Amino acid sequence: MSNNDNEQFDLNELEDRRGQGGLGDSTVQGTTEAADAIDGHLEHDPAEAVGRGEGVGEAIEVEGLSQGKIVLRRFVRHIGALFGLATIIIIALLSFLTMGIGGIDGLWHVQDPNSTPPVVNGGRPTLGLPTWLGGDGFQIGPYPFGQNTIGNDNFAQVMTGIQTSLIVMFVLGVVVLLIGTTIGSLSGYYRGKLDNVLMRFTDLVITLPVIVLGAVLGKMIYTLPTKWGWSDETKALIQRWMPVELALALGLILWPGLARLVRSEFLSLREREFVDSARVAGATNFRIITKHILPNTMGVIVVNITLLMSASVVLETALSFLGFGINYPSISLGGLISANQSAFDTRPWLFWWPGIFIILLALSVNFIGDGLRDAFDPRTKRVPSQRKLDRAAHRAHMDTRTTTATASGLGGN
Amino acid sequence: MTTETPTSPESASGEHRGWLSGRGEKTAANTEVRKGDVILDVDDLAVNFWVGGDWFNAATGLTYQLKAGEVLAIVGESGSGKTQSAMSLIGLLPPNGRASGSAKLKGTELIGLTGAPMRRIRGNEIAVIFQEPMTALNPLYTCGFQIVETLRTHFIMGPKEAKARALELMRLVEIPEPEVRFNSYPHQLSGGQRQRIMIAQALSCEPKLLIADEPTTALDVTVQAEILKLMRDLRERVDAGIILITHDMGVVADMADRIIVMRNGQVVEHGTSNDIFNNPTHPYTKQLLAAVPHLGAHTSEAAEDSTRRVSTLVREGDAPVPLTPGNEGVVPALLMEEASIEYPKQGRKPAFRAAHKVNLRIDPGEVVGLVGESGSGKTTIGRAAVALLPVVEGKLSVAGRDITDAKHRDLLPFRKEVGIVFQDPGSSLNPRLPVGESIGEPLYLHQKLRGKELSNRVEALLDSVQLPRSMRNRYPHELSGGQRQRIGIARALSLQPKLLIADEPTSALDVSVQAQVLKLFQNLQEEYGFACLFISHDLAVVEMLSERIAVMRNGHLVEVGDTVDIVRNPQHEYTQRLLAAVPVPDPDEQRKRRELRDAILADVVS
Repeated sequence: MSNNDNEQFDLNELEDRRGQGGLGDSTVQGTTEAADAIDGHLEHDPAEAVGRGEGVGEAIEVEGLSQGKIVLRRFVRHIGALFGLATIIIIALLSFLTMGIGGIDGLWHVQDPNSTPPVVNGGRPTLGLPTWLGGDGFQIGPYPFGQNTIGNDNFAQVMTGIQTSLIVMFVLGVVVLLIGTTIGSLSGYYRGKLDNVLMRFTDLVITLPVIVLGAVLGKMIYTLPTKWGWSDETKALIQRWMPVELALALGLILWPGLARLVRSEFLSLREREFVDSARVAGATNFRIITKHILPNTMGVIVVNITLLMSASVVLETALSFLGFGINYPSISLGGLISANQSAFDTRPWLFWWPGIFIILLALSVNFIGDGLRDAFDPRTKRVPSQRKLDRAAHRAHMDTRTTTATASGLGGN
Repeated sequence: MTTETPTSPESASGEHRGWLSGRGEKTAANTEVRKGDVILDVDDLAVNFWVGGDWFNAATGLTYQLKAGEVLAIVGESGSGKTQSAMSLIGLLPPNGRASGSAKLKGTELIGLTGAPMRRIRGNEIAVIFQEPMTALNPLYTCGFQIVETLRTHFIMGPKEAKARALELMRLVEIPEPEVRFNSYPHQLSGGQRQRIMIAQALSCEPKLLIADEPTTALDVTVQAEILKLMRDLRERVDAGIILITHDMGVVADMADRIIVMRNGQVVEHGTSNDIFNNPTHPYTKQLLAAVPHLGAHTSEAAEDSTRRVSTLVREGDAPVPLTPGNEGVVPALLMEEASIEYPKQGRKPAFRAAHKVNLRIDPGEVVGLVGESGSGKTTIGRAAVALLPVVEGKLSVAGRDITDAKHRDLLPFRKEVGIVFQDPGSSLNPRLPVGESIGEPLYLHQKLRGKELSNRVEALLDSVQLPRSMRNRYPHELSGGQRQRIGIARALSLQPKLLIADEPTSALDVSVQAQVLKLFQNLQEEYGFACLFISHDLAVVEMLSERIAVMRNGHLVEVGDTVDIVRNPQHEYTQRLLAAVPVPDPDEQRKRRELRDAILADVVS
């Protein structure tokens, strides 16, 4: 083995060790002895002559768990991430239940957010706070988030806007995932000329300014079909699918970050011995990439995609606010804010509600991404709180027998 | 080393004593140490870790005293708590660790000491030599700077004086051309030199206590012998007590005055070096001693036969070692004829030729050991034999199949005939695949086995490497190092190859685990009868397994011959040196070997 390889390995090992509280390899305790005992190497009392084996301590925590379960367990410990996940599920449910999905109608009495029912109560929100919060008793009323001057239901509009944001987020995530992973893994695995070509292409894409591209695309979607003389139905269709088109376009220029990350992961993973081992076993390049290396980059990919999705919520909003992204008749949260910014003094609710949901969406996806990053990173080690330590110490003090029992249980003899 | 070589202004005005000149002021708590004074008094030390909601005992009930100038070895396999118990002395436990009990350094209680007082002790009073010098040294700073930094942190000292002292320290640890090395970065030095720098840094503040945590585990035998020699010399010159943490009984035999054997966090035996080696009482100690491969133990009878003609092939001048003559009728499992192997060029980095004109022949069913220091090209040969590296000159054939210029597609049938066991079982198994799937992969790809059939074969393979069948659904990180290496062997053997390459399969394992894996390996070799190229830097291991040994140095084979001849009557000067460097787990014999080695080295120099 060349010196370089050795060093790389040692660095990895060191990191691992640090992550595991310095207790050596994470291994399962009981099985070590099973193997030791099987060997029949013991001349004396087997319990006496056999050590605890390599890697203890941390072993208990990971016993019999797959990588996925460990990640899940660490994710569940992240309170912020759980909150984020719950929030996003509630928001999604609320929006799809009220406004429907695809052609299916929802439960809300206003199904067309662009319809103009008569203005009730000067457009003020009919949502009433419960008395213990200083309101006049809890009620939803016909227009809980209020109406604008021409009577559009703000609630219906906000809920539709949320759907738009979710769709943009999802489509963008899928596009980036496909392109970024493919380009990253090909260039990281094959290196050489292919790597050069792909990476220079990536550099080129990075130079494209997102806002300008959004603006150009936004204009083109309205001007080009007319210029080419397409039928009105096609134009309407194109405009109806505006969010998806925007998401596709954004995805097509936002993948370089992921591609570079995946590439660097591949570059280090392809030098690992398990790849050589697979090659010796006769695996093809395709199999090595998909079966052996890609699963090992899952952590990086998932984390990156989630964080990108949360950024995309804000990005889409910003573009729509500037008038470049999603325009009438499609509704987006950014578009709502943009349309209602002049009403900030007179009808602030038109401004507040979309804003609150933008913040909620972006924050919760971000928290999920954060939780995933911690869960996938073995180095983030949870240190017990002082209170827990004290309690455990107290417990041990009160009942020493338990401790010794645990200890001998761990010793396994 | 003397007392007052270049006298600095500070030392002239202040006190100067000890083995280095010009030392700065020490804290009041530190009084002078003489040989024989008790410097460390550990009483009922325990280390616990917070794991999964409960305290887990990493070490309990450690009680010992350390005198100045004495070497105490703490021996045990990994996970026995030896490192953590020593690290607790300087408060370097991980955040979820906790130490209790008492450890007094010249009367100062160390357990529970934090902040500035602890920092004053670290480096100044207690220094640590870490296992891996490459990661323990900061790659961004020069070696000299790192020593100077330690000095200037602990003493009030100008840059010039500090540099003078650093150079002095580098001379003390016998670094050639210290003035040049002072400005070298860690990656520009060899492993041994790096470890010397680490030692120099550790010694820079004249610590009372030196903790050496597996100081030679990451090094080659020959380098290890040099570092051990250095540490032995330093013992004479330095008044520090040394705690040596290791799992290598050979190293212990070489250095230790007293030995503590630890198992499961408990001390099982504590005594002088002689007691432990000659009269071990605890079964675990006996087992540990029995597990160490003993160089020369397997060839003793054959060597008695004085009529035996030594027939090793030795490299002379620039001519490569000729091919061992073999039976014409037998198709060799591996045949290399003047084969040169290169690492292909990468970008601007030119191709690197790691093996030059190698002639090697392995007959079916034969085990040939390949030994040499790291960087000698052993692994290169192993990788070329499984077609992971191209042969640029000469010829390489496996079981009669010439693979010198084989294309990617031609290699598939070839893959069935070779298997390889990698050095590091942790890295050679895909962390995201259950081990059963890893074992079954070659079968899946070559014999197109699926479902039940595949699963039966995997279970049979698990049986043959003596692992429970239930383990097939485990992930590699859930297995111990020894178990992972068994999985590696099972996978390599799954297609019943004609040739197996074992690339240092046990070097990442503990001694006791290594013994089990080697035994298993021997049994499997007898059962399946594959030819094997066993690559190792450990001559004692190779001697145990192989019929012939090839010695490699700097990409050239230097000597090839029968195991007995190589171990008993090495012809090449390098082989002799390599053999002399192997430590033997017996203090008396080790002393003899040490003298022999010094004599060989003296010959070389003169």
